[in-house]
Amino acid sequence: MSSTPVIELRGVTKGFGPAANRTEVLGRLDLQLHPGEFLAIVGFSGSGKTTLINLLAGLARPDIGEALLDGKPMPVAGPDRALVFQNYSLLPWLTVYGNVALAVDRVFPHLDAAQRRAQVEKFIAMVNLTPARDKRPRQLSGGMRQRVAVARALAMDPRVLLLDEPLGALGALTRATLQDEISRIWQEQRKSVVLITNDPDEAILLADRVVPLSAGPAATLGPSFNIDLPRPRDRQSLNHDPHFKRLRKDILDWLLASAGRKSASSQRTLRLPALIPENLDHVTWIDRAFPGRPARRRGELQHETVETSRS
Amino acid sequence: MNISPSFSSKFDGALRAVLRNVGIPALAFAVFLGLWSLASRNIQVSFGSLPGPAAVAKELGNLWQEHRAEGVREREFYARQAERKAAFLAKNPQGEWKERQYAFRPTFFRQILTSLQTVFTGFVIASLIAVPLGIVCGLSKSLNLAFNPFIQLFKPVSPLAWLPIVMILVSALYNPPEPLFEKAFLSSAITVALCSLWPTLINTAVGVASIDQDYLNVARVLRLGWFAQVWKIVLPAALPMIFTGLRLSLGVGWMVLIAAEMLAQNPGLGKFVWDMFQNGSSQTLAQIMVAVFAIGLIGFALDRAMLSLQRAVSFGPPAR
Repeated sequence: MSSTPVIELRGVTKGFGPAANRTEVLGRLDLQLHPGEFLAIVGFSGSGKTTLINLLAGLARPDIGEALLDGKPMPVAGPDRALVFQNYSLLPWLTVYGNVALAVDRVFPHLDAAQRRAQVEKFIAMVNLTPARDKRPRQLSGGMRQRVAVARALAMDPRVLLLDEPLGALGALTRATLQDEISRIWQEQRKSVVLITNDPDEAILLADRVVPLSAGPAATLGPSFNIDLPRPRDRQSLNHDPHFKRLRKDILDWLLASAGRKSASSQRTLRLPALIPENLDHVTWIDRAFPGRPARRRGELQHETVETSRS
Repeated sequence: MNISPSFSSKFDGALRAVLRNVGIPALAFAVFLGLWSLASRNIQVSFGSLPGPAAVAKELGNLWQEHRAEGVREREFYARQAERKAAFLAKNPQGEWKERQYAFRPTFFRQILTSLQTVFTGFVIASLIAVPLGIVCGLSKSLNLAFNPFIQLFKPVSPLAWLPIVMILVSALYNPPEPLFEKAFLSSAITVALCSLWPTLINTAVGVASIDQDYLNVARVLRLGWFAQVWKIVLPAALPMIFTGLRLSLGVGWMVLIAAEMLAQNPGLGKFVWDMFQNGSSQTLAQIMVAVFAIGLIGFALDRAMLSLQRAVSFGPPAR
């Protein structure tokens, strides 16, 4: 990775509020996004993920440190850094076609009308929404809306695609389908992508590299975890892949450790990631003979006891 | 034919709902008519008794007959003029014939038309001022702060206070050689505009100021210019609120219009009511009551029309 990073953050700090009562959201972040790379950032809810993506898009400026695009200071937000918002941000008075066309007409003013129409149609087809092209957002399901948002972002032909928890509000099945679609589209387009998510499985399934974001306030980024699992990745077989499990455990351990580090000083309630790891550290013959607790999603728990240490 | 009990009970329910939704208002209206005719028989005013529903209905018939008769007179006038013109041109073909306009006696139904024209003129003036001003106020906090005192100060002013000022200004400023509008018409329309622009102005400003930040982020990512941002994002996003304001404005305008026409002597419904009051004949009260019902019905129709427009432009809760 010797080439210039597409986007680079150097010692970035960002906070909100007046000096007397200031909340540091991000503290001394360093991040590099390399050309063609799929980078995932995993963090707790409320740990400043949206602030981070606004910095990457140029919608916000760092208070301290610098944000660079191709090694130069980050210009204001533009269509070269297409953003897929957490809540889709579709314009409700426009159809699917209209929403995508708004972006295409703006980004490709030199194309003639027929070429622009072809561009819009192509990206609507890419996310499998051609039958719904004349529907308005309120007539679509959450998953379909998110596809429109993805189509709109891709149709801008951006250099970087920024995905801000794009699947956070969707049900598990829709989520899995859209994960597969994002993976397929990325393999076709090979754009630089930053995915922000609270789901470590999703991050490992999709990304080349996963960076955990510690719990806020003043969240920082953890070490890079390179995901060298071969593509295309199959979620079924991954679930039993020891390497996958090891990666997931390491990332979760880092995240939980960061939350534990904060718990002594933080008064806020923390929302944990949606996964409870299985214990891989002590595998004995007893565990093999009597399989213990596998990895589980939090939603499957009926009740649980959480111990917090206040060191 | 075997109608299942669930079907018949469902049918019963629907029938009962219709009966209730139509029956109760009808019953209330009948009670109202009964009380009214009871009152009319027992209240004496200076020129006879208070007219009851039947007298008012008869008066409506009279006014319609008058309108028809006026139409007949108009047609006869133009027929006679055409005859005289033909005779005149036969005698001296080089001669100059001067066409004359028929001098209308404004009938009740023509006055309704005048009132509608006046209120729409005032409403259009108000909207042309209030919507753009509301948009810039919604976009800029400083402009909003600058305009807010004026909005608060002038919003509660009664049309009766505006009208003399407007009439004096119109007389002073509007003196073209061939006036396109009557001065009374202009004064009434401008007064309607002054009183009805506030709801649109306030609603537009609030609608624009409360646009979802996400929509503005979309505009920023697309690097839309100021004008494109207003035209493609701000205006459509605020349109439902703007139309709510327009609907309120038209309602206020229609109420203000009657008072303005009374004082400005614009030949509309307000003048009709005033003239009937001055005239003091035995039909006065019945004619004024016809006007009251007409004003109410037209106001209701205008509100319904604006409501359907408002529904047509609203896109439901923001997509989430």
